[in-house]
Amino acid sequence: MKIIIAGDGKVGSTLAKQLSAEGYDLTLIDEKSKVLEMSEERYDIMAVQGNCAEMEVLDRANVKEADLLIAVTNADEINLLCCMLAHGMNAKIHTIARVRNPEYTKQVYEMRGLFGISMMINPEGRAATEIGRLIKYPGFLKRDTFAKGRVEIVELRVESGSKLCDLTLNDLGSVIKCSILVCAVLRDGKAIAPNGHFTLKENDRIFVTASPTNLTMLLKNLGIITHKAKRVMICGGSRISYYLAQALLGSGISVVIIERDMDRCKQLATALPEADIINGDASNEFLLDQEGIANCDVLVTLTGVDEMNAMISLYGNSCGVPQIITKIARIENSTLLNSLPIGSVISPKQLSSNAIVRYVRALRNQAGAARAIHYIADGQAEAIEFLVDENTLHCGEPLKQLHIKKNVLVASITSGLKNTIPNGDSVFEKGNTVLIVTSAKQVIYSLNDIFE
Amino acid sequence: MNYKMMGKFISRILLVEAVFMVPALLISVFSGEMKSVLGFSLSILIIFLLAIFLHLICGNSSKSFYAREGLVCVGLSWIVISFLGCLPFVISGAIPNFVDALFETVSGFTTTGATILNEVEGMPYGLLYWRSFTHWIGGMGVLVFVLAIGSSGDSKSGFTMHLLRAESPGPKVGKLVPKMKTTAEILYAIYIILTVINIIFLLIGKMPLFDAVCTALGTAGTGGFGIKNDSIAGYSPYIQNVCTIFMLLFGVNFSCFYMLLIKQVKSVWKDEELRFYLGTVLASIALIAWNIRGFYGTIEETIRHAAFQVASIVTTTGYATTDFDLWPAFSKMILLMLMLVGACAGSTGGGFKFGRLLLILKSIKRNVQQVLKPQKIQVVRVNGQSIDERVLENTNAYLAIYVIIIVVSCILVAVDEFSLTTNISAVIACFNNIGPGFDAVGATCSFSGFGYFSKLVLIVDMLAGRLEIFPIFILFLRDTWKHR
Repeated sequence: MKIIIAGDGKVGSTLAKQLSAEGYDLTLIDEKSKVLEMSEERYDIMAVQGNCAEMEVLDRANVKEADLLIAVTNADEINLLCCMLAHGMNAKIHTIARVRNPEYTKQVYEMRGLFGISMMINPEGRAATEIGRLIKYPGFLKRDTFAKGRVEIVELRVESGSKLCDLTLNDLGSVIKCSILVCAVLRDGKAIAPNGHFTLKENDRIFVTASPTNLTMLLKNLGIITHKAKRVMICGGSRISYYLAQALLGSGISVVIIERDMDRCKQLATALPEADIINGDASNEFLLDQEGIANCDVLVTLTGVDEMNAMISLYGNSCGVPQIITKIARIENSTLLNSLPIGSVISPKQLSSNAIVRYVRALRNQAGAARAIHYIADGQAEAIEFLVDENTLHCGEPLKQLHIKKNVLVASITSGLKNTIPNGDSVFEKGNTVLIVTSAKQVIYSLNDIFE
Repeated sequence: MNYKMMGKFISRILLVEAVFMVPALLISVFSGEMKSVLGFSLSILIIFLLAIFLHLICGNSSKSFYAREGLVCVGLSWIVISFLGCLPFVISGAIPNFVDALFETVSGFTTTGATILNEVEGMPYGLLYWRSFTHWIGGMGVLVFVLAIGSSGDSKSGFTMHLLRAESPGPKVGKLVPKMKTTAEILYAIYIILTVINIIFLLIGKMPLFDAVCTALGTAGTGGFGIKNDSIAGYSPYIQNVCTIFMLLFGVNFSCFYMLLIKQVKSVWKDEELRFYLGTVLASIALIAWNIRGFYGTIEETIRHAAFQVASIVTTTGYATTDFDLWPAFSKMILLMLMLVGACAGSTGGGFKFGRLLLILKSIKRNVQQVLKPQKIQVVRVNGQSIDERVLENTNAYLAIYVIIIVVSCILVAVDEFSLTTNISAVIACFNNIGPGFDAVGATCSFSGFGYFSKLVLIVDMLAGRLEIFPIFILFLRDTWKHR
């Protein structure tokens, strides 16, 4: 499949990395020849230098033969124009545009038709939704939903003194009294696919699949406090802050936003009359104390500087804030950062590039393709959702009789509204949704790829 | 420096070289030349064992491979294949002296075509074929071949870009299609098809099969090893004209052929480098034909010889149909200038490249205009696209280092006390991968008169010329080998 990526920025290069590893024909367009050269040296791609909203440049990138155009430059208008032109030059092309201006996102549905765009993506909006979900369900470091919300994969840290400490997975069910499956464990920066005899240790990060009801049970039985957040402090007044504050205020949570720039503060105050907008430097501990960091339920650090976010989160941790969410934009899957007590880490570029990769895989193979993909365990493992169709092999055979590849785990089977955590006797049938967890090195395109 | 990964890569190249020797071995077997059968079979065995040995000791290697490793890998690979490629000559006893055999092999792989043999016709067929074949594989590049046949997994990472850049000549090397493997496959497909067409045309002219294959291989790589003492002079005018046309074709940027294949005739027609190249060729032919009028019996013969020599020199092939050393000074001067320029970027030819000359001329024009209007901002454009300032800087730097190498080599070679013309033309002919020069290294003579030291200097010149200087030169830098 031939894919053109317009814009070699943060999202563009993350996409180039993921998609070139999966063997697509990639062409990157950017105005800066320097970043293009870097990408050209790192990944197997072709580089075209120029403005992606210029027909001559699109022609040089061979848009007439391409199957998909992903416009992720930093300007919304260029992205839209680029998609529109590409659609005009090749009626069959699929287009994805990044549109981040809140004023445009209101008219997403109308614009999709007008510009011939197949998918619009708003990284900040997506990040805000993700943070909102984490705030509404505290206790987990990360939470991904599959099968239309009927299955979830959550990440938990095994705290010292927890019931999970020194527990083998075979005994798990009897201790926590609910049906869950541990599909991956991250220990010392390495992902492990555990078996029944695996013993959990302190500071392991475990990835658990279960239905939402079982997850609530798990939290209750583990004694993790799940009090509802009432007061959220947001450091930095970026677009994510705006989307997040809007959503939180809508569900009756009070919000404090600390922002350094006066003009931005005024904008936010106009757009969010119910929120407390504080003009000041969020790295100033005195200011944080003054605004009551010790009394807030959630601290979200969303300033434009990764290091600052990490520092403020560390300070929040020392003040005893129960839930902390840190935005890290540039540093990828850093083991160093994950060892710090900065709570859940959100990476907007990773979130949007995951969404795009998911779309690409669905496009590649309309039937039998993955419906959703999430990277878990610092990107070392993937959780992939498939629909069982008529082409799927081994329907109706118990899992214990199947020869499934090493490092591949069937994490859940959903039929209709019912979700089961599979054991050796489980079977999947046509129409079911199956969740697979596998190491990220193995590329699995369709469900049949999991068999030996 | 990731030595293990480099070792693995080189072991693959060695395997490829061993496989390439098999046809030469078969030819030796068929023609019953026992000495060269022994030479090739022993060489294949040695190369094969060395490849296996390298592969084993380099076992599991980490994948970190950057620009530096890529460039060093190219330089080392070419040196290694040259050293091992000369084994058949030494073992079979055809060229018993090691330095001579190395000169001959490097001259082959770098598509120079400068020979130390005074008597070519006595050589065994297997070795003659191997000599011509080294031109062919060296023309498009051994590493590009490995990329084309290798698993797609290797080329996924971008470092292969450095391999392509180092091996295919020109100021600005890009891929034809997004995938490196496909790009390499397309290049070799075009190359193989053109070579086969060339063979067919030669066979139509009643050239014997073996002669046709060897001549076509030498033409395709723009090499120039002939299998006759008088090069192409003994063949019919038809064959000479076929050679002229195909030499010119192989001097064209291969992306032009690709553009023709995907029916973008217009952009080929408008290509400035191609126009510059063809224009220069036609003008040179006209000027030389006028200058040498009266040397030959008919106008047809005059033009044929002028065209052949111009094509042979400008594409850096080095075949000859006549001894152009006897031509008047004006013609020789034109040929010397053409030697310096070389063929188009992205072709199999050597030299400074028309593409670079175009960039230099355009930036000179800009600088001159800058004197008149100092405030005017001007962007250098080729084919309507603006050229990055860094590419221009690199091109200027390349010109400087190019001249310095020629000057230094001339001084070093001068210890052999040949005439000024001989010295300068020998260095230019080797560095630009042409083959014959003037005077004592003219079309009818050989390089056998030079001493070992001069031969070694010329060997380095040939390699540096083929790989466009940097991959060879960084091997001599201490920084390259420092542990990091």
